[in-house]
Amino acid sequence: MAERAATATRPFHFTGCVELREITGRRARDERELMEEIEGAPAESIYYHTDTVFLRRPLVAGSYPNDFAIWVAVQIRDQVLAERLGMVDPFLFESVERTREEILSILDDHLERLNPVPRVVFGDPFFFVRSHLIEVPTGITARSLAEFRAALAEVDVSAIYLHALDARSRRGVRGGQFAEWLGEELGLAELAERVGRLNPYLGGLERVRQMMLALVDAQLEGALRGAA
Amino acid sequence: MSIPGPGIEAYRDVAPRGAVDFLLHLSERVRGRHFVHVNSTRVGGGVAEILRRLVPLMNDVGVKADWEIIEGDRDFFAVTKAFHNALQGEEQVFTEAMLEHYLASNRANASRMSLNGDLVLIHDPQPAALVESRPADGQWVWRCHIDLASPQRRAWSFLRRFVLRYDAAVFSLPAFAQQLAIPQFLVYPSIDPLADKNRELEPSEIDALLAPLGIPRERPVVLQVSRFDRFKDPIGVINAYRMVKPYHDCVLVLAGGGADDDPEGARVLAAAREAAARDSDIHVLDLPPDAHLTINALQRTATIILQKSTREGFGLTVSEAMWKGKPVIGGATGGITTQILPGVTGYTVSSVEGCAYWVRHLLAHPEAAARMGAAGREHVRQNFLITRHLREYISLMARLVS
Repeated sequence: MAERAATATRPFHFTGCVELREITGRRARDERELMEEIEGAPAESIYYHTDTVFLRRPLVAGSYPNDFAIWVAVQIRDQVLAERLGMVDPFLFESVERTREEILSILDDHLERLNPVPRVVFGDPFFFVRSHLIEVPTGITARSLAEFRAALAEVDVSAIYLHALDARSRRGVRGGQFAEWLGEELGLAELAERVGRLNPYLGGLERVRQMMLALVDAQLEGALRGAA
Repeated sequence: MSIPGPGIEAYRDVAPRGAVDFLLHLSERVRGRHFVHVNSTRVGGGVAEILRRLVPLMNDVGVKADWEIIEGDRDFFAVTKAFHNALQGEEQVFTEAMLEHYLASNRANASRMSLNGDLVLIHDPQPAALVESRPADGQWVWRCHIDLASPQRRAWSFLRRFVLRYDAAVFSLPAFAQQLAIPQFLVYPSIDPLADKNRELEPSEIDALLAPLGIPRERPVVLQVSRFDRFKDPIGVINAYRMVKPYHDCVLVLAGGGADDDPEGARVLAAAREAAARDSDIHVLDLPPDAHLTINALQRTATIILQKSTREGFGLTVSEAMWKGKPVIGGATGGITTQILPGVTGYTVSSVEGCAYWVRHLLAHPEAAARMGAAGREHVRQNFLITRHLREYISLMARLVS
């Protein structure tokens, strides 16, 4: 197994991304409008407000992890809805449409119990923004676990987003592309399984990077001890 | 054009890990393409300040960037100043002669300037009508830096007909966007971490810069840096400080300027000074516009930094403060709500009492203040540094041109 794990036939190409933000002109001033606009918004807008939040906050954690929950908490001040929206995890769903359905279902259920509809009194409306993700190959590749470790430590954090998170929610790669490559190319099933379980709710993308590095380091040390 | 300053390599130590290499890879997509910026001044104001660094950095990463300036007489700039105020919601008078002079000046500039580029980025209203003379090739984008949330109708409807002839527009906040039949992109402004206003300072430099100001530094310092303008609410800041004072023996510093040519600003400054005359722990500093190092030193010395605006454009002073590792309490308005993550990097407030409450809380919990300060610095590193700004302009070019 150790020999098979030494070099991959298919190298891992690290690709980063940059997000161009387009203002859609859609806005909501109360929770019903929020629901209606979420229903009609382009998929790239739902994606912007739920998934790429982590691209904009790769390190800072502590507030709700999506824009809908933050707006409801800060501007509408409806803590119950904010808490419910805050638990929506887009990386558990295989598509943005499933994320949209989940959010709509929570809003529908919440609004059924409320009269009148909570609205912004002093704060700002919710503005819908649309994400255009431009992928950029970084030129960094890895064939072995050691090369993978070195690249992971240095690569732009957007590559962590693209391979670990975007791959799950928009490409249907369960566990993300890092885990997939480690398992399929290096034959490291246990490491792949652990890497695939890492999620951004541990403290943002930089935290994911740190934890992945720790897992890889442990694997490399184990291999060294085994070789000795 | 050669403007001295650090190249892109100098940003490796301050930008997020891997960001400079990534920027260089991204730039490959538009290497050798021609990016033309047009604005109204090379010196003074936030747009010129950022272009002085962005243009050389663009060239450094392989984009051929040029920076053109629109010229005009006193009447032209009087009209554009009226536009600026009207677009930000102030009622202004526009005569046909004024509008005609604006158009004539733009046409005269168009015949003089070199406006051939793969991407021509026109900043703000002054050169907006240059689009009438756009060449057949190249993409034209209008970059609006000002708060267009509630413009005076007549001014906006005049300008709008030119904006519609662009291929796209760029705004600093979604709230500033308008109903337009062209794509509207969102690009936040940024701070330059290597500029005097933000660069690291040695303790001896801070001591030397602050010695003449006579601010006691052995007690907690609460600071607000902003123009003496009623929308920055310096009187509200003083009232919040007074509410905190019975609980914490702190010092308040209000540092700013801009009152010289603004009668209302002079009144606000006078009111602040009157309050300071009754309390020796309130320090009101009317600083010159080039006091960047002094402001930097003040921010690094502060315990908590406020930006208690009641109305704000983007409010980059918030990012400047967070870059110094300080928790920030800001008014819940404009770009302040984009920069502050409530409970993580500071707090947003809607009242004097709210401001006082969170100042008192942070003074009582220095460990929480330190944690928020550190989180704020990282939030700025990822989102509000010039390297991110450069990345977005280059990706805009890649999308529109490539």
